[in-house]
Amino acid sequence: MPTNAYVPHAQGYVDNEGPKVVSSRFIHDDSHTLERALATDAYEGMKIALGMAPHEVAALVKDAVLLGRGGAGFPAGIKWGFMPPVWPRYLVVNGDESEPGTYKDRLLMENDPHQLIAGCVITCYALGLNQCFLYVRGEMALAQERIAVALNEAYEAGLVGKNINGTDVSIDVVLHWGAGAYIVGEETALIESLEGNRGMPRLKPPFFPAAKGLYMKPTIVNNVETLANLGWLLQNGPESYKTYGSETSPGTRMLAISGHVNRPGVYEVEQGKVTFRDLFYGDNYCQGIRDGNELKAFIPGGGSAPWFFPDQLDLPLEARPVGAAGSMLGSGAIVVMDDTTDAVKATLRLVRFYARESCGKCTPCREGTAWEEKVLQRILDGHGRPQDIDLLLEIGNNISPGPYPVASFDSQSLEAIPFPPKQTTICPLGPSSVAPITSAIRRFRHEFEEKIEAAVAARNAGDQDD
Amino acid sequence: MSRLTAQNQEVAAEIISRYPRAKSALIPLLHLAQEQDGYVADDAMEHLAELVGVTPAEVLGTCSFYEMFVRHPVGKYKIDICTNISCQLVGGEELLHHAEETLGIRAGGTTDDGLFTIEDVECIAACTEGPCLQVNYRYEYRLSNSDFDNMIEGLRDGSRDDVPPHGTLGLTRQHIPQDHLAGIGSPETTPMPAWFESRQPEPEAEGA
Repeated sequence: MPTNAYVPHAQGYVDNEGPKVVSSRFIHDDSHTLERALATDAYEGMKIALGMAPHEVAALVKDAVLLGRGGAGFPAGIKWGFMPPVWPRYLVVNGDESEPGTYKDRLLMENDPHQLIAGCVITCYALGLNQCFLYVRGEMALAQERIAVALNEAYEAGLVGKNINGTDVSIDVVLHWGAGAYIVGEETALIESLEGNRGMPRLKPPFFPAAKGLYMKPTIVNNVETLANLGWLLQNGPESYKTYGSETSPGTRMLAISGHVNRPGVYEVEQGKVTFRDLFYGDNYCQGIRDGNELKAFIPGGGSAPWFFPDQLDLPLEARPVGAAGSMLGSGAIVVMDDTTDAVKATLRLVRFYARESCGKCTPCREGTAWEEKVLQRILDGHGRPQDIDLLLEIGNNISPGPYPVASFDSQSLEAIPFPPKQTTICPLGPSSVAPITSAIRRFRHEFEEKIEAAVAARNAGDQDD
Repeated sequence: MSRLTAQNQEVAAEIISRYPRAKSALIPLLHLAQEQDGYVADDAMEHLAELVGVTPAEVLGTCSFYEMFVRHPVGKYKIDICTNISCQLVGGEELLHHAEETLGIRAGGTTDDGLFTIEDVECIAACTEGPCLQVNYRYEYRLSNSDFDNMIEGLRDGSRDDVPPHGTLGLTRQHIPQDHLAGIGSPETTPMPAWFESRQPEPEAEGA
């Protein structure tokens, strides 16, 4: 029975009502051990897969419409199909979770590493490759340790490595860890980093990882949560999987809801079955906005996503309707802001993130994000200029051309954020910095103007004093 | 300070052996150097360059890209305080200011006794547990100012012995026994695995 309460040993995770696909073991305080993994069939799905032909496993995953959980939401089965018949080929697991607001993968790596290892082996088996790299974010020391221990146990138990489970199948899973760079979450930058280089994205085309990835060989990059689903999927089959979630987005998602709610936490939620309103106000989830305050705005899918407002509360938590409304569910990070939030301050903090994390390869992003930060900082500090709002939009326009009208998402102005963003850069990092700016200016322009007007008035008063 | 010790050279050799190309091991090796000295020393970078067969400049190029690597000594405890959006909304910036006032240093600085360095960092993936921080990459959640003061006190008087020195990440390393290793092949010559070839679907009969 779910307790509908925080689980102490997996800090932040709430054992709420609802089906559990990837977090089913979190309720056990020894969920990271091989003993618990074996007692709860963490490797059963892998054993079932090894009894099937690899192409049958791939077909099954395709049939289940397992959507990637990293941010883009592309079906994993279809991504797998992009690999040309070239060997060697590699699997790289993206555990470099750094999107502001996101921390599902850390919990999955810390609390159920065996489920992830089984998912790696299933993927390698389906794709016919014998080496997988598990790239864990550098700052996540406990996740690295838990995975290292789990891999050592799994190798000893013959569940990974040479002759897995007594078959002729041999697959190595290698733990790799990063050193702090948000951009490395982008798949081509991840590959550069795994080659020992500065983590700068590669141009696509020609460097689509499925064709020219690690060491210029076909490479699949999958998110941790995506692979964590595979054991359950193999064990229970695509039909059972599709009974959860909606038709176009089957299964569940791990969502982290942070900010001004009464019970922030990580919840496993069926896709498309609940709305943002249920999530923020429901007893099974966040139990309302703190201090009974009004909701001001929320970010539905991590720092890179355009903001939503109370008008969008009744949208279901599903990629398609959220996308049609002009934003994204992204990495499953929802940030809630109540009416005490200073829109300029929040925007500045998000933009500063992109300015600090820009890798510097593309000029519009390298120069533009730093410029945006500078302009926002002076507005906040009381030194704004009347032309600054237009300047911010113009800089944004150079990184992510727009704005274009998005018919379905609007109540305050005719123009909305182009989404998905157009970009003058190799990767979406720079364009992501534009989303908070255009979101905040569209809806809270008066807050920017008030600060600027006060600054102008103060300067004029100062002039008269002279 | 120094090149890798003999013991760490063995660890380095094992790490390198897990990659098809030695340079791929560079980030884990830089962490090893940082674990040894508390920061990445110039000599260590030259040593790593020899171990993976690149120039020292290439090692510096990689090292300087990533935020976790410091190329000068820092405090025994590096305190990374998150001020990104989720933490900002619940007081991350106020916590940073309190830390700066309490320790008498600005973000990026180190106390005179060499014990503490504070950093103002980006999202460290504990967003619902803000304001949060990491001490040498160990989490502290939902901190009030007095929680912070108690933590500092505990680190100072040694009662908090659960935080290893700066540079140490996971306390256990991956180790693959030779007889369990599937085998790391060259990216140039490794063919389709035999087990995969033997499980290919039968080609459809012509005219079917």
